[in-house]
Amino acid sequence: MTTIERPAYKVIGSRPVRPDGVEKVTGKAQYAADPRPQGVVFGKILRSPHAHARIVSIDTSEAERHPGVLGIVTAADFPQAEDKVQDLGEGAVNLRELSDNILASEKVLYRGHAIAAVAAASPHEAEAAAQKIRVEYEVLTPVTNVLDAMREDAPLLNETRHTKMMGGQHSERPSNIAAYNQFKAGDADAGLAESDLVVEREFTTSMVHQGYIEPQSSTASWNADGTITIWTSTQGAFVVRAQVAEVLRIPVARIKVIPMEIGGGFGGKIPIYLDPVAALLSKKSGRPVKLSMNRTEVFEGTGPTSGTVISVKAGAKDGKLHAVQATLRYEAGAYPGSPVGAGAMTMLAPYDLEHVEIHTFDVVVNKPKTSAYRAPGSPAAAFAMESVVDELARTLKIDPLQFRLNSASKEGTKQVTGVPFARIGNEEVLNTAMTHPHYTAPIEGPYRGRGVASGYWFNGGMQSSVVVAVNPDGTVNLVEGSTDIGGTRASLAMQLAETLSIPYDAIRPIVADTDSIGHNDVTGGSRTTVASGMAVYQAGQDVIREMSSRAARLWSVTPEDVSYEDGVFHCLKDSTKELTFKELAAQGARTGGPIAGRASLVARGAGGAFGTHIVDVEVDPGTGKTTILRYTAVQDVGTAIHPSYVEGQIQGGVVQGIGWALNEEFVYDENGRMLNSSFLDYRMPTALDVPLIDAVIVEVPNPGHPYGVRGVGEVPIVPPLAAIANAVADATGHRFTQLPLSPRRLIEELDGGD
Amino acid sequence: MSEPVAISINVNGKSEAATVEPRRLLVHFLREELGLTGTHVGCDTTQCGACTVIMDGQTVKSCTIFAAQADGSEITTIEGVGSDGNLHPMQEGFWEEHGLQCGYCTPGMIMAGIGLLKENPHPSEQEIREGIAGNLCRCTGYQHIVKAIQYAAEKG
Repeated sequence: MTTIERPAYKVIGSRPVRPDGVEKVTGKAQYAADPRPQGVVFGKILRSPHAHARIVSIDTSEAERHPGVLGIVTAADFPQAEDKVQDLGEGAVNLRELSDNILASEKVLYRGHAIAAVAAASPHEAEAAAQKIRVEYEVLTPVTNVLDAMREDAPLLNETRHTKMMGGQHSERPSNIAAYNQFKAGDADAGLAESDLVVEREFTTSMVHQGYIEPQSSTASWNADGTITIWTSTQGAFVVRAQVAEVLRIPVARIKVIPMEIGGGFGGKIPIYLDPVAALLSKKSGRPVKLSMNRTEVFEGTGPTSGTVISVKAGAKDGKLHAVQATLRYEAGAYPGSPVGAGAMTMLAPYDLEHVEIHTFDVVVNKPKTSAYRAPGSPAAAFAMESVVDELARTLKIDPLQFRLNSASKEGTKQVTGVPFARIGNEEVLNTAMTHPHYTAPIEGPYRGRGVASGYWFNGGMQSSVVVAVNPDGTVNLVEGSTDIGGTRASLAMQLAETLSIPYDAIRPIVADTDSIGHNDVTGGSRTTVASGMAVYQAGQDVIREMSSRAARLWSVTPEDVSYEDGVFHCLKDSTKELTFKELAAQGARTGGPIAGRASLVARGAGGAFGTHIVDVEVDPGTGKTTILRYTAVQDVGTAIHPSYVEGQIQGGVVQGIGWALNEEFVYDENGRMLNSSFLDYRMPTALDVPLIDAVIVEVPNPGHPYGVRGVGEVPIVPPLAAIANAVADATGHRFTQLPLSPRRLIEELDGGD
Repeated sequence: MSEPVAISINVNGKSEAATVEPRRLLVHFLREELGLTGTHVGCDTTQCGACTVIMDGQTVKSCTIFAAQADGSEITTIEGVGSDGNLHPMQEGFWEEHGLQCGYCTPGMIMAGIGLLKENPHPSEQEIREGIAGNLCRCTGYQHIVKAIQYAAEKG
């Protein structure tokens, strides 16, 4: 761990056990599919077998007569949603398109697109009845590849969609290119012309899935008074509530979302798919309805992240990165909204260079509507950029980390948006990587190689709301509304313990339902430990202020005459008077009633962060298999609240990146049918596929946060794609520009290259 | 469709008699009929291992076994392993060594870990990785899971 200045914390930096641990290791924790409200019945969704078709008619009459059927819904049961864009926290969505994605109305735009849903007494009856819904289709030609979709003669997903250009104008012709944008600084043409060396390459990545192990499930009850209760697993209960309210056009306050434990999300559990359908089925059947996806539905019917085609032309001058021209084309899936903008805004973050020109295209294709996936947009862009940087450095015979240091962005460096960086830890991360024993150790042997790459993520702030209630026995309830997806109950309780100078064990954190706490944005953008942490800090300060005034009342002095240090309130007017936190907590009823603190805020200054990864690989030229021999991930985390959880985030992100680099991809046939929609054929890393990941924590405190925290969870998935490709290039002498680096691709390209 | 079958299964030390459809999977019997929701469903195709239970001393994926096939057997699910205040060393290991993030794969991992140590009480790191290769975790990168199983092995 490399730490750049830090106060002496008592709780922060320790490694306590998680408050939700016993529930999770005993099997008692309740996930989305677990609740069984009285009288619950089961729903099943009918999905499109076609990737692109017009819906001519839907006949549900036969299905309605099927035994056990209690209700059927189609898009006709939805009120027409507003044609407006709503921000979901990590990505935005047009509400009409959201509604259309949940149940298709006029067209189906991808195989697996939901069309209708049935509720019945048993899952089997619901499934059998769904098969009896007769849908007449006019089948259309699908387009599943981003380059094909951009062609002028491509089949159009939406005949009325025109490209949204910069400045808000629209293209004359209708197009699958939903949006075009550009970022410019300096003069890229001139910069490339004066460069010592220019490398130009085109890179391709495939659509990949977040791969959370828990499939989506939602149980909804349309109650007698017209209110709705929803039990679901989501990264943001309030965002579910807002989306359901818009799709069903009912007031927000009438919907209560009870967030269950969440079995992974990684961005994929922000949009809604099942919740309003379950609610309408409940309204029709008069019973609570449970809708659960199977794994194939998760692959075909939920949002993965974009496949991309990215061209990069980059020039180096005087041993530094000098000029870059890039074109980013991202698949949005069936409706607009790929993370191409984030790709453009992160790919050059590690560098300070003069000349930049980036063009971005957001392109609809006949595949599921993409959603966020861990640092959305950034890994594919980093794969392209960091591969080219590697090639520039190697060709110039400059150490690739030294080349990055020569060109490194720092505080004040302008980003492609023109906004200068605040204090960042890019150089500290690079220096730590360069001196790490992994990097200084030799890599030897045939078909072995080493690669490095850097990556950046902005990290989010957004809205958080917490309440802190102090109990008479000195224990504290921390009520928050941010989904705990990987340990934030612990990381928030630790920050509160630090703020209040009380033991971690005295705090009981809970994630409340939407009726019980103010709005909280999604757990996404690596924001929860940062932003809800700020709210916790402020609420803790609120408690200390309140308790100081209570002590003042007891001591007949003013609150300014009370100080609080190390868990003890002192009277500044009389040094014999002091009360511990616990003693004063017991005086609540006598000093003005229950003691509580609260905070609601929009967090600013979330603090972007960098990672640099080092990986050694061995390629088997006979089988094409790439084995990861050693992996080191260096990352600036600001302040590591719980170092074990920080390591866990880094290790988990790296392993997802390894899967993306080596094996994972959506495979489609010419009819737009996904050919590998199961964990059997969509190959995610097992424990055997990955080595120990050495997570090296660098702490460059974020000046925008009371404890210096930066977001942690997303950065580690950004560098692995390029780091591994660079290592494979080092091992084989061949530059691979398409992911995944599957055994078949390696064999084909290596044999072809011989 | 064939006739329902009468079965009797000993689950976590308790005898459970029921009549089930022949197509009823063991995992659905455990979750829906017995309310033992600690056994999770992740994939339907026997890859993820979230539904791992112990059947007559062997770890099995309960999504690949019909309830009728389990007639007469002894099943241990996560709920039968240990409880608050009396955790099994494997459960303790996952808690103490931070071997979980979202916790969804955890019950299956714990069952796989228990099965592994039964056959090999002192596995090497590589043997642990082999032992849990049939269980997917998407959060942790497996490292703290390996440590959790090492913790349990040391506690014996």
